[in-house]
Formats: sequence, structure tokens, C-alpha cells
Amino acid sequence: MGFLEGKKIIIIGDRDGVPGPAIEECVKTAGAEVVYSSTECFV
Amino acid sequence: MNCVIKGASYILAHTPDMVLENGTTQTTEKIVNPNSDYLKELPSHLRSYEDAVKYLPNQTYIGNMHPDELGAIPQPWTDARVEGLDKRTGKYGEIMPQEEFYILMQACDVFELVRLDKDFVAAHKEAFLANPVIDESIAARVHEGVDASEVEHFVNDEHAEPLYHNHKLVGYVKRAHDVDVNLSAHVMLENMVSKASAVLSLLHLLRQEGVNKEEITYVIDCCEEACGDMNQRGGGNFAKSIAEIAGLQNATGCDVRGFCAGPTHAFINAASIVKANTHKHVVVLAGGCTAKLGMNGKDHVKKGLPIYEDMIGGFAILLGQDDGINPVVDTEHTGRHTVGTGSAPQNVTSSLVTAPLEAAGLKVTDVDKYSAEMQNPDITKPAGAGDVPLANYKMIAALAVKKGELEKSQLATFPTEHGMVGWAPTQGHIPSGVPYIGVCRDDMLAGKIKRAMIIGKGSLFLGRMTNLFDGVSVMINANEGIKEEAGAVSQEEIKSLIGKAMKDFAASLLAASEDAE
Repeated sequence: MGFLEGKKIIIIGDRDGVPGPAIEECVKTAGAEVVYSSTECFV
Repeated sequence: MNCVIKGASYILAHTPDMVLENGTTQTTEKIVNPNSDYLKELPSHLRSYEDAVKYLPNQTYIGNMHPDELGAIPQPWTDARVEGLDKRTGKYGEIMPQEEFYILMQACDVFELVRLDKDFVAAHKEAFLANPVIDESIAARVHEGVDASEVEHFVNDEHAEPLYHNHKLVGYVKRAHDVDVNLSAHVMLENMVSKASAVLSLLHLLRQEGVNKEEITYVIDCCEEACGDMNQRGGGNFAKSIAEIAGLQNATGCDVRGFCAGPTHAFINAASIVKANTHKHVVVLAGGCTAKLGMNGKDHVKKGLPIYEDMIGGFAILLGQDDGINPVVDTEHTGRHTVGTGSAPQNVTSSLVTAPLEAAGLKVTDVDKYSAEMQNPDITKPAGAGDVPLANYKMIAALAVKKGELEKSQLATFPTEHGMVGWAPTQGHIPSGVPYIGVCRDDMLAGKIKRAMIIGKGSLFLGRMTNLFDGVSVMINANEGIKEEAGAVSQEEIKSLIGKAMKDFAASLLAASEDAE
């Protein structure tokens, strides 16, 4: 059982840091349910 | 024949009133929270033109300071000043004040959409015309201006976008169609600003040594705006409209887009066109973006900082055929973030940096300088976006360690040795890789560096057509002189052959004369 099991996750990624889809893949393996994911551009 | 970089220009326009009127952070706030503290406090955080000129990252952008010199000055650079670095012009371009930029916008307009108050024109026309890059043809395009009542009428009754100077209404940009949203006053203003700042960049490029405007046959614009009408939203083309104003009679061109990666895409395209001998001289250029003015303003105001994002940026780069002197663009080993690359940071950097290096048989440390996203950290750090160039250098260094090309102990020094601090305004495509091309050319001509890599990244997901982002990279190498083709005879060999032939001829004459005796 992952340490995020049963948790709902909102992801805001950063294009020049860690983008949303990459975070999404990570938290899914920890058992989280991704309810929103996007990548933002701050520049 | 190889493609070389023959020149590069960089310009800024200081547009504080446009921050208030045209930056989307501010225009959005006016709609959703019109009485906000931010909107009340914002005007007191705007910089004067003099302060914007003295700001060292701006001096670096126009070529009065080397990025390494800027890097030696502790951050933030808000109040940092260097004596003598308060000049409007630099070796790459200039910082134009708002009043002159409005006149330039009007002069670049060919549809009578931009009009300025006649008193305003009278007050600033002389200064505008005194600029050495403004030639007679552009001077002849300056309209004498209209009555203040006409300006008020178009702004109040005809949906025109106002142009303010020191909070006073001094002009307008009117819509180009009654119902077409793509020709609305808002779109026309954004496009006109982009066009005018690109024209200014091109005019500065044309003044550089060795640049002949008659030889330029192709122009590629790579800004992030779109011009067209209701039947073709992004029909184009900025490039030819800019070439027209600058008097490039022999040029045509097109627009290349790719969000912030656009300039690097355009640079690679242009270099390939030159290498293919389709065109001998190609200009890549872009103007700036009003929407991004004051983009991170809320955080800057909250932290008591000036509004740094008060600058419209522009650049122009001339590419030409190999002259044996100027830096060479390596069109054969380019990096690309592909559809299949994915979004993991390690994969992104591998596709853009290590993949082209491997293809060229090079190591990460074989590149003297990387120019990734050269955003000024004064702007991004207070807004929580961190130091973008530094983040990119750390990732490149980490990959180099993983590949065994760099010692772990060298991680900390890699950003300084192979990178630079960011100095470009957050104008999207403007800071993306290309701000370094001018410095790179100078440093290669001076023998300071031998190889550089330009990296451009673009946030395609903002267009809602894909969740992907994008990136491309290209290397620039110092010119080692034009190499003779294999099998060709060298000058030395020709001299030797002629010498031998003459010797043989003299010997035969001597022999003939001896026989005759």
C-alpha cells in the first residue's frame, strides 16, 4: 500500500521544474488519485 | 556551404503605461477585482525611464555589459549600479523610451489604425527623428497627429485601445473591423507593438558592420502573436510587414511559431535554408509582447519591489554563408524534444542536450557555454518560479555526472563555468536561448570560447491543442576557416607546381641554347 493511498491529489507542475505529467506518474505509484493536473509556465 | 552568424541586435522599449493598460495580469485584475489593493499600489512601483536604463540586466541585454560581469555582481540587482552603465544605446541596440516607441508604432502602421495626439507628436517627434536608426523613409511615415477630441472619441465611442503616457491619454489603436475579433483594437495593439519592436531590432541590425540590406532575401519572424482575420486567425505574416518598413526591397519571409521555443526553431530553420543555398542571407527576428508586461507584478508589489516587467523586448539575427570568420551554426546535430520524449525532466534534458552531443561525438563538458532560458532571476525568484537558468544548468550538470562526464564535486561550479546568470526580461520567447547569440558571436570572434549550445523551450500546452511542451537545441562553433575540399589543390601546391614548371621551362631553354651552340 502506497503512502498516498486514498488521497486525492491536485498537481500544479512547472515547465522548467517538474511538469504535471511527471508528478502524476510518481504520485499514482504511491496510490494517490489525481483529481487535477496541469503544468504552468511562469515565464 | 556552412551557415554563419553575421550579426545580432537586441532592443528594449520601456513601456510603464502599457503595464497598466495592456498586461494581462492587470487587465484580468481590473475585471475580477477592480478595487484590489494591487491595482491601487501598482502605479507607485513603476520605474522611471532612467531607472530602467540603469538597471544592469537591461544594460547587459543591449550589449553594454558582459553576462559574466553581471554574474559577478551580487543579486538582486534592483539597486546595483555601475558607473558609466547608464546609456540608452549599446553595441547591440538601444532602450527606447515609451513616447518614442508610440511614434514608432504609428510609423509602422500602414492602415491608419494608430493615431497620436498632435501636441504629443509635436513634443516628441524631434527626439524620435534624432535617433540615427530612423531613416528618411520611416521619418516620412510619422503622422502629425490628431486633436485630443478625436483621441477621446475613438477611445470612448469606437472601442479603440487607449495609449497613455504618464497616465495621460495621448493616442489610440483602433479596431480594423466592426465585428471581427481577430482585427479588434486589442489584437491590433498587440500586433503593432510586436511589429514595431521587431522593426526597431532590424533597424539596429542593419547598422552593424558588414550587414547589407540589399543582400537579405528572407526574413523569419518568431514572436508569439498571430495576425490574420476571422477567416484565417494566424494567416501571417509579420516577417514581410517588418521587412517592408525597414526597406528590405529584396526580401520575402514567413512566420515560425513554437511558443517560447519559436526563436530556436526559427534559428535552425534559417541556418538550414542558408546551408541549402536557398537564400544566402536570412534574418531571424521577433518583437515583444504587451500581454506579459507586469506578469509577475503581484509578487513584486507584495514584496515592495519595482515592476521589473516594464520592458518590451526584441532581437534580430543575421545568418549568412560561411566567410571563414564568423561562428558556424551546426545544423547537423540538433536536439529535439519529441512526441515520445515524455515530460520527466531527465528525459527532457537528455533529448535537448546529451542526445545531440552524443551524435556529434562530444561530451557535456565540450560545450563552453549553454544558453537555455535566460530569464532574469530578479523577476522570477520573488514570484516563486526560482532561478530558471540555474535550474537548467543543474539538470545538465546532473546528467553529465550520471554519464560519468563530470565529477560530483564539480556540480557546484558547472553553472558558472558552463552557464550564465539570466539577464533577459520575461517576454516569453525573448529570453529563450537567443539573448546569448550576440555575446556568443563576440566571444567566439575574440577566441574566448569555441562551442556553445542554444536551447529553446516552449509551453505548447498553453494553446490547449496538446498537453505536451516542446524544445529544440542547436550548437554554434567557432569558425576554423574555410577548409579546402578533399582532393583539391592547395595554394602552396599551386605555387610549387608553377615553380617546378618554370624551372623545367628554364632548363629546356638552357638545353636548347646549348644545343644551338
